[in-house]
Amino acid sequence: MRDCGGSTTGVNFADVMKKGKPSNPKTALTHGILFTGGLLFLFPFLWMLSTSLKRPGDVMLYPPKLLPPTIEWNNFIEVWRIMPFALFLKNTVIVTAFSVFGELATASMVAFAFARLRFRGKKILFSILMATMMLPIHVTMIPRFIIFNSLGMVDTLYPLIIPSFLGGTAFYIFLLRQFFASIPAELDEAARIDGCSTFGIFFRIILPLSKPALATVAVFAFVGVWNDFINPLIYLNSIDNQTLAIGLQSFQGQYRTDLHWLMAGSAISLIPIIIVFVFVQRYFVQAVALTGMKD
Amino acid sequence: MLGSLFLSLTQWSIVDKPEWVGVRNYQNMLFHDPRFWVSLFNTAYYVFLSVPLSALLALFLAILLNRKLRAVTLYRGIFYLPVVTSGVATAILWAWIFNPRFGVLNYVLSIFGIEGPGWLTSEVWSKPAFIIMNLWNIGSPMLIYLAALQSIPQHLYEAAELDGANHWQQFRYVTFPMLSPTTLFVLVIGIIGSFQIFTPAYVITAGSSTQAVGGPNDSTLFYVLYLYQNAFQFFKMGYASAQAWVLFVVIVSLTALQFRLSKQLIYYEGLRR
Repeated sequence: MRDCGGSTTGVNFADVMKKGKPSNPKTALTHGILFTGGLLFLFPFLWMLSTSLKRPGDVMLYPPKLLPPTIEWNNFIEVWRIMPFALFLKNTVIVTAFSVFGELATASMVAFAFARLRFRGKKILFSILMATMMLPIHVTMIPRFIIFNSLGMVDTLYPLIIPSFLGGTAFYIFLLRQFFASIPAELDEAARIDGCSTFGIFFRIILPLSKPALATVAVFAFVGVWNDFINPLIYLNSIDNQTLAIGLQSFQGQYRTDLHWLMAGSAISLIPIIIVFVFVQRYFVQAVALTGMKD
Repeated sequence: MLGSLFLSLTQWSIVDKPEWVGVRNYQNMLFHDPRFWVSLFNTAYYVFLSVPLSALLALFLAILLNRKLRAVTLYRGIFYLPVVTSGVATAILWAWIFNPRFGVLNYVLSIFGIEGPGWLTSEVWSKPAFIIMNLWNIGSPMLIYLAALQSIPQHLYEAAELDGANHWQQFRYVTFPMLSPTTLFVLVIGIIGSFQIFTPAYVITAGSSTQAVGGPNDSTLFYVLYLYQNAFQFFKMGYASAQAWVLFVVIVSLTALQFRLSKQLIYYEGLRR
C-alpha cells in the first residue's frame, strides 16, 4: 500500500490484497467516493445521450428527466439530413488519417536522428525542439496562416495536413526519442556488421521494436487532430471543407434551440474517439506517465 | 517565430503590404486598449483558480486510485475520458448543462434549495462555470500524480510507520514532499495549458453567427479569444502577433518564476539530481 489513506495493520493489509473486498470501512469509503465521483464524471455523457434521444417537446421539460419519456431514435437519423454530416465526417477522416500518418512517418525519423545519429549541433537543436514544446501555438499560428494564404491554400484541407509531414509535433518527437534511446545500441551494431545501412537499421530494427511507442503517438495524434478546433476554424470557410468540429460549431449557431439534434450530432462526433479510447486506454496511461517522468 | 516577431512590429490587414510601425502595437495594447487588460484579467482569474483546484482534485483522485482495489482501471478510464473528448461537442454539452432555466445543474441545485445563478449568462458566474468545466478535465494531472505515487519507495512508509506516524503524518512528511517535483510539473503545464483556453470559450460565446463575442460584458473574453478576434475577425495581424508575443513572454516568465520559487520549497530525492 503506497498511499497514506490506506490501512496499516497486517490484518487490513491482507484484506486490501484480496482485491479490495469492501470488508473494512476504509476500503468501502474509497469505493464509495470513487463510485460517486465516477458517476459525476460520466453524468455529462449520460445527459448528452439522454437529450439526444428526446423528442423536441421533452427537451425543455422542467424538472428535467434523465430518462426520455419517449425514446426518439430518429434524431440520430435526422441529423444526417439536417446538416451535411457525412461530408464533415469524410473531411475529418481525411485530415485525421493523413495527419496521423504524417506524424508517425516524420516524427519517427526526426526522433531516430536525435536518438541514434551523430551530427553537429545536435544538443542545441534538441534544446530548441524542447523549447518549442512550451511555445504557445498562437505565436506561430499567424505567420503560418500567412504562409498558407500566400500559397493559396486557405479553405482547403492542406494546411491541416501538411504541418504534420514537416517533422510533426515536438511532443511526439520527444516521446519517440525517449523510446528509441532505450533500445540497446548493440542491436544497431550487430545489424551494421551484417551490412545494414542506417535506413535499414531504422526500418528493420528500430521501428519494429517501437510498436508500442508508435501506437501511443498514433493514438495521441488521432485524438488531437480529431478534436482540433482552432486550425480548421482559421483555415476552412466553405461548408464543403468543414470538419466535424467546425461543422458542429456552425450548426449550433443555426439550431441553437434544437438541443436534441445538437446533442445527437455531438454524440456521433464523439463515438469514434470513445471507441478508440476504450481499446487503447493503456497507451494513454503510458504516455502521460512517461511525460510526467521527464522532469 | 521570428516572422511573428517582425509582424508584431507592423500594421497589416493581409490584403495590403505590411507597414512598419515599430513598437506602436505594443504601446497601443498596453496603454490604449482596455479590452486587452480585460482579457488578461479574465485569463489570470481563470488560471489562478482553475489550476490549483484541478491539481488538488487530481491528487485526491490519484491517491484513491493508487490503492489496490477492484475496478481501479475502469475508474481511471472514466476519470480520463473527458480529456479525450474535449472539444466542440463537450463545450456544447456544458453550455446545455449550465443553461440557467432548463439546465440540469441548476435543477440539481434547486433540489438543495439553492437558486442557481445564470452561469454563462451572468457576468459574475461565467468564469466559475469555465473553472467547473475544467475540473472535469483533470485526467492528465491525475495520471501524472498516479505514476509519481507509484514511484515512491515503499520503505519510506515502513520507516515512517515504525516512527509512529499516522496516515496524515505519512502524507504530510512522506508523500507530499516526495511529490513536490510532480506538483511543480503539474502546475507548470496547468498554467501553460489554461492560459491558452480557447475552444470552449469560443464555442460557448459564439453568438447566433459564428463570430466569437466574449460572453456577457466581455467576462469570458479570454486572452487567446481576443487574439483570435484581432487576427481573424478584425484582420489586425500585426497587433495580434504582438499579443502572441506578450502571451509567450507571460508564460515564460510565469514558468521561470515558478521554478525560482520552488527551488526553496521542493524536495528532490538525492538520487535524482
